Amino acid sequence: MKAGIVIFPGINRERDMAIALEASFGTAPRVIWHKDTNVAGLDLVVIPGGFSFGDYLRCGAMAAHSPIMRAVKAHAERGGYVLGVCNGFQILTETGLLPGALLRNASLRFLSMDCHLRVERADTVFTNQYQPGQTFRAVMAHGDGNYFADKDTLDRLEGERLIAFRYTTKAGEVTPEVNLNGSARSIAGIFSPNLRVLGLMPHPEDLVDPLMGGTDGKPLFDALAAA
Amino acid sequence: MRTAVTEDLARSFGLSGEEYNRVLAIMGRTPTLTELGIFSVMWSEHCSYKSSRVWLKQLPTKAPWVIHGPGENAGVVDIGDGLAAIFKMESHNHPSFIEPYQGAATGVGGILRDVFTMGARPIATLNALRFGRPENPRTKRVVDGVVRGIGGYGNCVGVPTVGGEVNFHASYDGNPLVNAMTVGIARKDRIFLSAAAGIGNPVVYVGSKTGRDGIHGATMASTEFSADSEDKRPTVQVGDPFTEKLLIEACLELMATDAIVGIQDMGAAGLTSSAVEMAGKGGVGIELDLDQVPARETGMTAYEFMLSESQERMLMVLRPDREQMARDIFHKWDLDFAIVGRITDTGRITVRHRGTVEADIPLAPLNDQAPLYTRPTVDTPKQEKLNPARIEDRYGLARALEKLVGCPDLCSRAWVWDQYDSTVGGQTVKRPGAADAAVVKLEGLTRALALTTDCTPRYCMADPEMGGAQAVAEAWRNLTAVGARPLAITDNMNFGNPEKPEIMGQFAAAIRGMVAACETLDFPVVSGNVSLYNETEGRGILPTPAIGGLGVLDDVALAVGLALPPWLDIMLIGNTVGWLGQSLWLREIGGREDGAPPPVDLAVERANGDFVRTHILNRTIRACHDVSDGGILVALAEMAMASGVGARLMTHPPGIPGHAFWFGEDQGRYLVAVADYATFARAAESAGVPAMRLGTSGGQNLTLPDGGSISIAALRNAHGRFFPSWMDNSTQKETP
Repeated sequence: MKAGIVIFPGINRERDMAIALEASFGTAPRVIWHKDTNVAGLDLVVIPGGFSFGDYLRCGAMAAHSPIMRAVKAHAERGGYVLGVCNGFQILTETGLLPGALLRNASLRFLSMDCHLRVERADTVFTNQYQPGQTFRAVMAHGDGNYFADKDTLDRLEGERLIAFRYTTKAGEVTPEVNLNGSARSIAGIFSPNLRVLGLMPHPEDLVDPLMGGTDGKPLFDALAAA
Repeated sequence: MRTAVTEDLARSFGLSGEEYNRVLAIMGRTPTLTELGIFSVMWSEHCSYKSSRVWLKQLPTKAPWVIHGPGENAGVVDIGDGLAAIFKMESHNHPSFIEPYQGAATGVGGILRDVFTMGARPIATLNALRFGRPENPRTKRVVDGVVRGIGGYGNCVGVPTVGGEVNFHASYDGNPLVNAMTVGIARKDRIFLSAAAGIGNPVVYVGSKTGRDGIHGATMASTEFSADSEDKRPTVQVGDPFTEKLLIEACLELMATDAIVGIQDMGAAGLTSSAVEMAGKGGVGIELDLDQVPARETGMTAYEFMLSESQERMLMVLRPDREQMARDIFHKWDLDFAIVGRITDTGRITVRHRGTVEADIPLAPLNDQAPLYTRPTVDTPKQEKLNPARIEDRYGLARALEKLVGCPDLCSRAWVWDQYDSTVGGQTVKRPGAADAAVVKLEGLTRALALTTDCTPRYCMADPEMGGAQAVAEAWRNLTAVGARPLAITDNMNFGNPEKPEIMGQFAAAIRGMVAACETLDFPVVSGNVSLYNETEGRGILPTPAIGGLGVLDDVALAVGLALPPWLDIMLIGNTVGWLGQSLWLREIGGREDGAPPPVDLAVERANGDFVRTHILNRTIRACHDVSDGGILVALAEMAMASGVGARLMTHPPGIPGHAFWFGEDQGRYLVAVADYATFARAAESAGVPAMRLGTSGGQNLTLPDGGSISIAALRNAHGRFFPSWMDNSTQKETP
C-alpha cells in the first residue's frame, strides 16, 4: 500500500504521522501540499492533526474547501483508503466524508493526556491487528473532540457497525468519567459505510515506539501496511 | 498636526532628564517624535539592561561546548552529531498581569521567534509561572488566562510544552511571573545571526502586518504598576499562532538556502529594535521606507510604525540575487513579503514616511551611549539558622505528608499540563510529571535533550546569594536525575524596582551565587533576560532568578524517570542535617516563613550528582528523584504516586528529630531505587558520597517509621484535589 500525507497550513502532527507510517510501511509517505489537485498513485491518504488555517473558523472548515480535498473525496468515492486523525477527522466531517461534527470539549478546555480506546470491530483494514473489544492507549490532544451527531445518525452508525473506537476504561467499560471530551455515546472514531475511511480524534501515531511510552498505536499502521 | 517634543514628553516616554539631555547632545537638535520614540525604547530598561548590565557581565558564559553565549537572540551549545541546541527563557510578566491570555500567548510566541530566528526548529517549550495567593480572587483569573494562553499558542503552533513550574506567593498578587523557555535544534554550521552586511542589500519584512498594538510595550515593561495598570491593556499585543507556524516553516525553508545575510525577529520595540540591532551589530547603516511596510490599518504614523509591537514579524537582510526565490517561499506560505529598505554605509538609521525623513539617528551613539547605571546596593540581612530540635512537631508524619502533598505549591500540576500538548512532534520521552526533567529525543537519533526550569524564590528572599546558587544547582540536579549531562543555562532574572538599593542588592547577590554555582558545576549562562520593576503599589516580588537548564543524553534509552518500581531498595544520596529554615514543612505545618535557607555546598553537589549520573548510565539506578520542596518524604510520595507502588520505610538516624529528617530541605540530595543496596552503598562509599538506605518499595501504602501509614490512593486524592476544585473544572457534560 502506498501512503501520502496531506499538509494544510497549520497542520502540525505531520512529522509524528510520517514517522509512524514509515516505521510500518518501510518507506516514507509522499507529502501532498494542500494546493495540489490530485492523489494519483496513492492507496492511502492521511490527513494528520494540527490547526489547519488556524482553526479560526470552525475546525477543519477552511481545509474542507481547499483544492486537494476534491481529489481526496474522489479518491474515497473510488474506494481508496483515507485516515483522518484529530484535525484530520474534523476535516473529514466538514468535507462530508464522515457524518457528524466535532464540538468544543465539554470541559471547554484543551485535553492533552492518554486515553483508552476500545476496538469496536476488528475486521477492517485499519483494525485487523487488534482483537475485537480490546482496548489500547492513545494520546489525546485536542480542544474540539466532542463528537456530535443527531440521534438517527448515531443509531445508524451503531446499527451499521460503523463506530470504530469508543473512549473506555482500561478494562473496556464505557463510563462518563473517561469520556473526557463529552462525545456522544463515547465515540472516538468512526468508519465510512465501505469501511475505507476512518476518522478518529486521539493519536495512535504518537504511541508507536516504546521510548515514547508504548506501541499501542502501532497495530493500526501495521495493519494498513499489510493490506 | 505635530506633537511638540519636550523634556516633559521625554519623561512621559520613560527617559530621565539626564537621558534626554544625552539625546539632545547626540542629535545636536530637538529630536522628532519618532526619534524620541526610538531613543526611549532603545534606552528602556527592557531593551538596554541599563541597571543590570554591570552585574550580568560577571556571569560565566564560556565552555568548550558553547557556540554562542549571551548577545545573540538565544544561546547556542554543541550537542554532538553536528547539531546545536539553541535556547532562551524570556519573561512576559507585565503583559500577563494586564491581559493574562494574550500576555502569556505572546510570551510563548516571542520566545519561539528568538529561537527559530537563529535557524533552529523549535522542539520544546517550558514555562516557569508564579502567581499570587490562591485566596486572592484575582489569582484564579490570571492562572486561568495564562494557562489557556500558553496552551492556545503552543498547541496551535505545534511545539510541545514539556515542563516548567508553578508557584504561589502573596508577593506575586499584583505581579505574576510568566517566563517561557524554548529550545530548538539546528545544524551547528547553519546558525543564523542578526548582523546586517552588504551595502545596498535589501531589507525585507516578512510575517504579519503592522498594526497599532503594543506601542510602547517595552516602556511599560520598565515601570512599576499602579492601581490603574489595567488602563494599559492596549499596550498588550495580540498573538496569532497560526501565522507564527507559517513563519516558522517559511523561515526554515528559506534558511535551507543561502539567501539570508542576517535575520532578526521583531520583538520588544518592534521594527525599531530589530533595525537598530541588525545595523548596529553589522557596523553599517540602514534606511527604511515605511510606505512599504505592510499595514493592518490606515493612517498609521511613522512613530506608530516604528514602535508597534505587532506579533509574528521578522526583518531580514537578503542577498539581492535571492530576492525572488525568497519572495516565492513566503508567498507559498501566504505571508507578507516586502522590501522595506536597504543597507547603507552611513552608520545611521534613516526612516522615511510619505516623502519626509521622520528619523535620522547615528547608530553608534544610540547603542554605545545607552545609559548604564551602577545602582546602589544594600545587602539582605542574614537570617538566623533554625535549630530543628527547637521546632515542635504536633502533626506526625502521615498527616503532615498528606497536607503537604495537597498544598498549592506541592499539589499535582496535572490540571495545568493537561491543557498543554506535550507530545506533538512524537519525540517526547519523559512528559510532564514523569521525571525531574523533560526528555525530548532528537528525531532520527539516539540522542536526547533534558530540560528543566528551577528557582526557589523563598530561599532567594531569605538569602539571595544562596538562593541564586540553589536555583542553578537545582537545575543541574534535575538534569542529572534523568541521567543527562548538564550543558548550560538560560536565566530569567525577575526582580522589583532596581532604583531601590535593597532590590539591587538582591540582584547583585543572586548573581554572585549564580556565578559560583555556574563555575563549580561547569554550567555556563548562554542566554537570558532581565525583568525589573516587578512591583505593584510599591511592593516587590520575591527575588526570582528563574533558571532554564539544558542537558544532553547520548543514549535516550538510558534516561530514568521518578516512578518508583516495586521490590527495590530505596537509597538516599547526600547528607541530611534536617534543615527546616524556609522549608515548606515550616510554612505549611509550622505556620512560619523564617530562618536561613538550606546551604548549597557546590563541591558536594557536584560529587553527589556525578555519582548519581554514572549509576543511572550504568543502569544501577532504576528510578531517581531529587529531594527538594517538602524534603525526603514528599519526594518519596511523588515517586510512589507516579507508579502506584508504595514503600516501607526504616527508622531515621538518631540525633535528628523525625519531622526534620523527613521534611527538611537539605540540598544536593537524590532518592534512588536500586536492586541491591549493599553493592550500591559500597560504590558510594568508595566515591566518598553519602548514601543511606531508607527502605524498600512495594505494596499499596507508604508505611512510615513512626508507625503511621498512608495509602497511595489517599495520597493521590490529596495531591490531585487542589487545582480542579479551585478552578471548578469538575463539570462534564453527560453522554447523550
